[in-house]
Amino acid sequence: MNTQTELRSPMSQRPHIISKAKDRTGIGANVGIEVNGEKLSVPMGKTILEICRENNVHIPTLCYHEDLCIAGNCRMCVVEVEGMKTLQAACAFPVTGPVKIRTFSNKVRKARKHILDLLLSEHYGECYSCVRNNNCELQSLAKEYGVDGYEFGHVCESRFEIDKTSHAVVRDMDKCILCRRCVRTCIDLQEVGVLEAIYRGYDTMIGTFMDKPLADVICINCGQCINRCPTGALHANDPSDDIWKAIEDPSKHVVIQTAPSPRAAIGEEFGLPPGTSMTGQLNTAIRRMGFDRVFDTNFSADLTIMEEGTELLNRLKSAIVDKDKSVMLPQFTSCSPGWVKFIEHFYPEHLNYLSSAKSPQQMFGAVIKTFYAKEQNIDPKDIVTVAVMPCAAKKFECNRPEMNSSGYKDVDYGLTTRELAKMIRETGLVLPELPKSNFDEPFGEASGAGLIFGATGGVMEAALRTVYELVTGRQVPFKNLNIEACRGMEGIKQASVKLENCVEQFSFLEGVELKFMVAHGTANAKTVMEMLLKGELSDFHFIEIMGCPGGCIGGGGQPIPTSELIRKLRAKAIYDEEASLPVRKSHENPRIKYIYEKFLTDGPCGKLSHKLLHTHYQKRGKFIS
Amino acid sequence: MLVYEKNAVSELVSDLTEKYGKKRSSLLPILQEIQQRYNYISDFAQQEVARMLDIHPVEVYGVISFYAFLYDKPRGRNIVRLCKTIICDLAGTKAIADAVKRELGIEFGDTTKDGRVTLEYANCIGMCDHSPAMLVNDHVFTGLDPETACKILREIK
Amino acid sequence: MQNLKRNKMNTVFEKQNRSGPILFSKYDEGSGIEKALSMDRNEILNELRDSKLKGRGGAGFPTSSKWMIVAAANDEKKYVICNADEGEPGTFKDRVLLSEYPELVFDGMTIAGFTIGAEEGIVYLRGEYTYMLSYLESYLEKMRQSGRLGKNVLGKEGFNFDIIIRLGSGAYVCGEETALIESLEGYRGEPRNRPPYPVNTGFMGHPTIVNNVETFALIPHIVLKGGTWFCENGTDRSTGSKLFSVSGDCENPGVYELPWGTTIKELLAIVGAENAKAVQVGGASGVCIGKKDFNRSLAYEDAATGGSIMIFNDSRNMLQILKSFMEFFVEESCGQCTPCRIGNVKLLEGVEMIEKGEFTFEYIEKLKDLGRTMQIASKCGLGQTSPNPFISTLENFKEEIFKSKAEGALT
Repeated sequence: MNTQTELRSPMSQRPHIISKAKDRTGIGANVGIEVNGEKLSVPMGKTILEICRENNVHIPTLCYHEDLCIAGNCRMCVVEVEGMKTLQAACAFPVTGPVKIRTFSNKVRKARKHILDLLLSEHYGECYSCVRNNNCELQSLAKEYGVDGYEFGHVCESRFEIDKTSHAVVRDMDKCILCRRCVRTCIDLQEVGVLEAIYRGYDTMIGTFMDKPLADVICINCGQCINRCPTGALHANDPSDDIWKAIEDPSKHVVIQTAPSPRAAIGEEFGLPPGTSMTGQLNTAIRRMGFDRVFDTNFSADLTIMEEGTELLNRLKSAIVDKDKSVMLPQFTSCSPGWVKFIEHFYPEHLNYLSSAKSPQQMFGAVIKTFYAKEQNIDPKDIVTVAVMPCAAKKFECNRPEMNSSGYKDVDYGLTTRELAKMIRETGLVLPELPKSNFDEPFGEASGAGLIFGATGGVMEAALRTVYELVTGRQVPFKNLNIEACRGMEGIKQASVKLENCVEQFSFLEGVELKFMVAHGTANAKTVMEMLLKGELSDFHFIEIMGCPGGCIGGGGQPIPTSELIRKLRAKAIYDEEASLPVRKSHENPRIKYIYEKFLTDGPCGKLSHKLLHTHYQKRGKFIS
Repeated sequence: MLVYEKNAVSELVSDLTEKYGKKRSSLLPILQEIQQRYNYISDFAQQEVARMLDIHPVEVYGVISFYAFLYDKPRGRNIVRLCKTIICDLAGTKAIADAVKRELGIEFGDTTKDGRVTLEYANCIGMCDHSPAMLVNDHVFTGLDPETACKILREIK
Repeated sequence: MQNLKRNKMNTVFEKQNRSGPILFSKYDEGSGIEKALSMDRNEILNELRDSKLKGRGGAGFPTSSKWMIVAAANDEKKYVICNADEGEPGTFKDRVLLSEYPELVFDGMTIAGFTIGAEEGIVYLRGEYTYMLSYLESYLEKMRQSGRLGKNVLGKEGFNFDIIIRLGSGAYVCGEETALIESLEGYRGEPRNRPPYPVNTGFMGHPTIVNNVETFALIPHIVLKGGTWFCENGTDRSTGSKLFSVSGDCENPGVYELPWGTTIKELLAIVGAENAKAVQVGGASGVCIGKKDFNRSLAYEDAATGGSIMIFNDSRNMLQILKSFMEFFVEESCGQCTPCRIGNVKLLEGVEMIEKGEFTFEYIEKLKDLGRTMQIASKCGLGQTSPNPFISTLENFKEEIFKSKAEGALT
């Protein structure tokens, strides 16, 4: 059975029902069922939960998450199926016959209330002191079922130590309700395999290998588990107190850069629908909070494209002209720190495929503490750089010891979208109502190419626009510069573009079919790496990989909840904004031209940029001693 | 762990993988045999198994911590499991437990200093018709009283 | 260690003393397989249907239905799994069957393999029974030597069947069939969602029959003598006989083969336990029956059991017994679903409250209510049955339990 290799979680947590039911009956036909007395005609094999959601019948869930396979272990979604002695979990029960279902009979409501009471009796802590207050699935269910007291008692002291060892993810098992969404995220969705249920019975908990602290295991810090945790058991390591301190410190010059994805998503934290871009308002808010400068990460995304694109061309030249066997192709992107740590752990022998370019966040940090400091005449030791990122792994990335090429820590703090929203709320500012304002100079302008970094395929699209034009002297041959092959939520996308009539410098590429591939989520990354190991990618040139499903817009620092629809809407916001920008190619960004004229004078991939904008990787390996 | 010890573990794991097949369903038998050899499954052995079967180390650990008879920490050479389920209990488990605790000088769940015996409780071992009963490694002893139980414990090496 | 080995199993082998209508009657090794191979597969299934045999593990699902679904399934691989993870407290009939009547069990599995078209049989033997392993392995080897296992079993062209034994590792919940499969596949023994049932999607995703040791042991007899003969014993809805593992306060604990429908009183007389106060029928997950109900009969339609009969006399403290059972469930719950993981702890806490006299009747009623939720909302049979002793003991022995405690109660 091939699902054995495709999915790794236990069968007990696997959705082998839906496709199976179709195969078995071979009908795919509809069947008449009754939900709360209402007659419906539904396709065979769908689960009760799916049917009810489609028909606006609300069923409460906790362990169910639409990105994940089905567990059926919280039992919140139980419903009564006529003729069955026990209640059935709606999320796991496929309809294969004309059943009669009741979703809110006394029996059902009582069972759900009991389950909630049981969960609450083990759920340590108070809601008002929880990072997920007002955005907690357990809390809202407690309200929904009118929980008015602890029926079966309540734990009055903490039983677990909070694991704060990781730069990115904090685990507070006192709040865990063992829905195992994080386990399914870690093992199935991301194929990292750090979290798993350990021990048995009442002692069951979510743990790591040998119950080691998170910093000591192979966590890639992607934070996807945080996005799917229904309670506050998993949250990001919040540096906002330190940032507030720096803001109030008159001797510090606090500079913030904001990435495109947080701007497309932060509105959700303020009650706006997903996909509402807040770029201008956010700039105002940040200034009012007291940051000295606000910059656009898109600028350094453009810088990344220049460096990474040039690196690709250099590699191609070495491989084609110099026949250098040590040059690794395809070149993999390196801007996703989750993906970088993933390859360091799981494919340590193949780090040479990675582009040596730093991520936009780190490039910006290095530029701010060198070029900007010099231009503004500020001592870099007094500069504090903050990066607003959709990402949990960025917190780890900025703490990598090698990320100090400016002589100082390139980026001091990585801040997630959620944490920035929290800081804004603390100020009392109402983000959606603020006036719009622009980014600060000297990096006040960025191209649309940098903007679309936020969605999966964006880096590829941006790089192609620049590389194709450098090589042929013409725009990429796609309508409105939109390379549709790079867009969309498909796990692995691939396409090619033919290089013809190249300019003289790149004549060695004449007639080359530039093949590229885009993958997002480390499970897909794993598939790509396995293809690479089998030699199936030998004719590919450039591969973009993002650690999180959907790319940065689905990152581990983004507002909760997440779903494919929400990610699509955020991506749409980014693409829409991009289409209206005047400059849409990295190399045409005047600020980029400026920095290569004034500062990085030996050009992309030159000596200085190698020192400041490129990095190296560590062979970490999958196993720990 | 010394290098040659690690090599021995790796060799054992790869032999076992060969014997049972490189598939997830071989996991339990492999772990059982490793434990038979080393008394427990070290974190190195767990990672070796994970590597050979191409699964995550934490999955191996999750399995080990689930099953009562698999250990991730060193145990004594002999494991004594005294049945504590009701029938044995009513037939005098407590007296036996007290006696063997005194005899060995350890509590349940602990191992003697010389690493000879680990003392544990077990749930029903299916000897209710000859209660009270206990398992010493794979052997079952029935119809115990405090004196014979202690005698048995003295005789195991 | 040498002289100790002599001690072990000292009283276990007593085969010559046993007799019974079906299982403990005479059986020649291999004769069941021989007869089965001479029959058509459908004939076997029909005999099985006529026998109205129900699973002997406790749940009582009609065996013929299970087999028919798998026999009809269209899959190149099918599995026969024998559930020898006998973990229910007070049950030891499978131990006796495996150690003294392995020919019945293995012949039954082979017949199952022939009937449903499987080539592989797996015995999931609980870790506590490791001492049987070498004996069973040698018996299987003997079967291979004599052609009862292997290629072309007993010369039947095209029927290949072999049996392997896999050991459990100390987890009661692995007796639940989907947890057992999960364990065989190398996962934590956590029950799966049902549907799909193992008969459709079982071991490694293939159609699988999972039957109790005793069920398989009955098969050769049914094949040899027919389903109608089998129905001569027992009641209408519970046909045949049942092995009862009798333990506790009686003169002769042990395994008894009695026809279904035997009343508790009759059984108590046979085993020598006239002064019994309570009988726990069905192990820890069963119900506790008091004197006034000793006229109830042991049958699927009345007091159902997987075979465990625990007898307690007047000197026993029912609360202590209940506490022991609840502690058992707290330890042995797999911890996957909420009602079972936390619910059992709450019930145990309730028992402890009663023990200390620090309870209110209101709270105890609330716990009983919780127990009823657990019975219908838990994911698998363990959580669905674990509140049984709590509810039944507190109901049937409330005078004894609450009389002395009520004075200390806070109400």
